Amino acid sequence: MDLLALDPHERAAAGLFLGFQYPVEIPGISYLQFLRESLNSQRRSRSEPELSGAEFIKLARSQAALLGMDAEMLKRPVNVGFSGGEKKRAEMVQMGIMNPRFAVLDETDSGLDIDALKAVGAGINRIMRAPDKGVLLITHYQRLLDYVEPDRVHVLAAGRIIRSGGPELARELEREGYAEAAA
Amino acid sequence: MTAPFPTHKQEAWRYADLDALKPVWAQFAEPVTLTVAAGESLEEVWLPTGDDVQLRRVRLALGEGATARIFALNTAPVYGRVELEVSLAEGADFALFGANIGTGLSTNEFVTTVKHVGPAAKSRQTIRSVLNGKATGSYLGKVEVARGAQQTDGEQSVKAMLLDRGATANCKPELEIYADDVKCAHGASVGELDAMQLFYAESRGLDPASARALLLEGFVMGLWDRASDGDAIREAAREALRKVVS
Repeated sequence: MDLLALDPHERAAAGLFLGFQYPVEIPGISYLQFLRESLNSQRRSRSEPELSGAEFIKLARSQAALLGMDAEMLKRPVNVGFSGGEKKRAEMVQMGIMNPRFAVLDETDSGLDIDALKAVGAGINRIMRAPDKGVLLITHYQRLLDYVEPDRVHVLAAGRIIRSGGPELARELEREGYAEAAA
Repeated sequence: MTAPFPTHKQEAWRYADLDALKPVWAQFAEPVTLTVAAGESLEEVWLPTGDDVQLRRVRLALGEGATARIFALNTAPVYGRVELEVSLAEGADFALFGANIGTGLSTNEFVTTVKHVGPAAKSRQTIRSVLNGKATGSYLGKVEVARGAQQTDGEQSVKAMLLDRGATANCKPELEIYADDVKCAHGASVGELDAMQLFYAESRGLDPASARALLLEGFVMGLWDRASDGDAIREAAREALRKVVS
């Protein structure tokens, strides 16, 4: 399947998830409504049955609990008044609900304190560590990789991959900096 | 005796669809009067009727410490007008939550005059408009603070969303203040849907039309949060929004 030929909502239905560096606030719409309509829209386009309100709330509650997030927060408008860490946790709750086949996580570790970093790392492992799934984790730092061990590390500079390696490459970068690695 | 037919030269009728109004003027010429006695409270939900031309012209008098909350949905297919003249005695509390949802060539408007007659009264007016095609949505709102109406607290918040280039939003908050210890705020904005919000919603699986509908719902539905029985107006607003988006 050529994902690039698809519109954003079609990519989502095909099993792609994008974790935002800056999750967007949507006043006036609760997280529960937003996610239920999104998930059911995906399921409709895959010809799967829609989830009822009760089924969806059960799913959302369990995913929130697994991320250490108070389920009451899902009654609030999407990301409105959430702290930076809460927004990133909420992104992972969304990923858990959507259960994608591939996730692109754009600096999901930025703005996280240690506890949130651990929770987010555990979330990525729990939701996405499976033989038929994949994650592209975009980060500047080693710290999230202490919790989510990468299979491959690529260094991207000016739109090109300039080096590739295993997990040890990330540790080397952390030690020596990008300038050294790019040289 | 029927009141004289208005003209566009009168400020309060400047954006009105007078051609549509003319045949039905006799039935609306006289405003309805509502009185809320001291310490009492009133809550009204004004739903659209489905007629081509819909008018509500109301004079509302609030006694000392009285409270009134009006929730109004203005979505007439041709011409809709909600006209309110409110007077507030000492300590009265008035709130209007209104939406203009217009399609095609329709004109929908809120025209209000809120008179703070006694001191320490509060007024809140929140108006949201969603317009497509060549629809017009207006808010003309005057707040008058009488001499002696100290500690008046007035607020007007007016926002409009234009979905097509031909749609028009008019917004005219107006203050006339004869007391020196008052707080009167107003804010207005006219915009389009936020591109980042749309992309975020689409990236979660909503097709573009559903994403637009959802964002517009958020823009309008917050108005009814404080209604003690808001189900009917919520449903009517959702239905009106569906027509605007499709």
